[in-house]
Amino acid sequence: MKETFKVKEVGIANRRSFLKISGLAMAGTALLLTGCNDDDDSGVNNNNNQMPGIRNGVFDFGGGDNGILTYAYALEQLEADFYTRVVNGNTFGSIFNTDEQAVLADLYNHEVIHREVLKQAINTAVNNNQQQVLPNLNFDYGALNFGNRNQVLDVARKLEDTGVAAYNGAGKYLANATNLVLAGKIVSVESRHASVIRSLINPDDAFFAANDVVEPSTGKNMAKEPSQVLSEIEDMGYIQTAFTANYLS
Amino acid sequence: MNIIKFIESFTDDNAFRQNASRRQSLGQLGAIGKKSLFAAMPTGLLTLLLVPQKSGAATALTTTADNNSPTDALRLALLLEYLDSEFYQRGLDTNGLIPEGRDRDSYTKIVNNEYGHINTLVQALGGTGSPNYFENPEFDYTAGGLFDPFNNYDQFLALSQSFEDTGVRAYKGQSPNLMSQPDLLQAALQIHATESRQAAEIRRLRGAKGWIQGNNRDGLPPQAQPVYNGEEMATQAGFSTGQVNNPGGPAIPSIAGTESFDEPLTREQVLSIAGMFIPDNPLE
Repeated sequence: MKETFKVKEVGIANRRSFLKISGLAMAGTALLLTGCNDDDDSGVNNNNNQMPGIRNGVFDFGGGDNGILTYAYALEQLEADFYTRVVNGNTFGSIFNTDEQAVLADLYNHEVIHREVLKQAINTAVNNNQQQVLPNLNFDYGALNFGNRNQVLDVARKLEDTGVAAYNGAGKYLANATNLVLAGKIVSVESRHASVIRSLINPDDAFFAANDVVEPSTGKNMAKEPSQVLSEIEDMGYIQTAFTANYLS
Repeated sequence: MNIIKFIESFTDDNAFRQNASRRQSLGQLGAIGKKSLFAAMPTGLLTLLLVPQKSGAATALTTTADNNSPTDALRLALLLEYLDSEFYQRGLDTNGLIPEGRDRDSYTKIVNNEYGHINTLVQALGGTGSPNYFENPEFDYTAGGLFDPFNNYDQFLALSQSFEDTGVRAYKGQSPNLMSQPDLLQAALQIHATESRQAAEIRRLRGAKGWIQGNNRDGLPPQAQPVYNGEEMATQAGFSTGQVNNPGGPAIPSIAGTESFDEPLTREQVLSIAGMFIPDNPLE
């Protein structure tokens, strides 16, 4: 797969620099709304016209609606892969009680379906040009012990909370109302996930909407810019495939 | 009454709540709003966006005939937040209704979130002096004698679930009407996500799944069916969500496709659902 798409596997150090670079580029474009790039349309901010695809040997998410859909697709790939490993784990039936197993099995189902729907949406948007569809990413969870209930639930919490904040921050970059509603259909289910996972970790003290995810004076769930989300995803270290996101906002 | 409760949640001044007139309370609302804006500066931008810009022109509604302006979206949201917050506050104020522990902790958090949403929405609408603002209407939570939620906790939970699931679907349905105002859109999406967290928590308190299966109303009374109609959607972005195969993972049941997506409600659907509890609806 990766040869087909000429996605270059790189070591941790290189991967880190790729993401660092992309984060800087995004911060720059976010601040300078008329920021420049080297596209051949002259004199306008055409980040939104940048298609997903390989640049300098690395897949870039592209800009505009296709870029945001690709960004969401990458996040859903991560979640789907994570829960696939969770439900496939040898100890899945012993470290989780019946309720927890049912929740995690549902989350596995939902995230795989989200991944496949976003893949379809992107395919439609790029007329099935496979050069413009993010390839299957590779994942490695390092020291994470899938046989440890608390570790698994904590990663699930981070992924769900991050996903919700990511969709919340990305919605404003969508120009197509159909895409906005599609993202909205997904994010509310992600938020339901985040709530339930949190209540499995701690059913009391309203942990489902604790102050670290819902600002108490406004009742607003966190929203995060793509650059911040990708920086946090990088720190998690689970995505092994290099990519850039130079045109997301 | 609701506004007073709302203000109480933002002030420690007990004398205020006992002595203040309603008019004074509304003045205080504005001051509280300004204070909280410093805590969330992007929200502060919202006020600038919707307050009429011409001097002396702060008398015109910015709603539109087809009810699809940002102001229309915010007013619909405000109506729902009033409906929810008064319901939860009355529940919390009813001795013995909500069990101590997880249930009471959750409802306390939820009602405070709803007050925060009201604060955010009122600010976005230009404050209590704006013609876009309207007061908390009277609610009839018995829906004309059908329900008795403040004497029956199961009914209280059931109505809570229907309010939260309606809220999730309503904000989603209004999101396209906010696209011209990115800051407002983001604020609405953030509230939408909180409503979703709350919906899942209340569903779990009832022993239901945190997500909606098909158009299943999970034991709610038949009057709640419009809250769930349309949730059985099994095609998303042209893709059949009921037939997904994941090589390397367990088989995925067909029903999971409908669980994976929440569907939007139109303004008319929302007003029809909420209207059961609003004898004199200020938006109609």
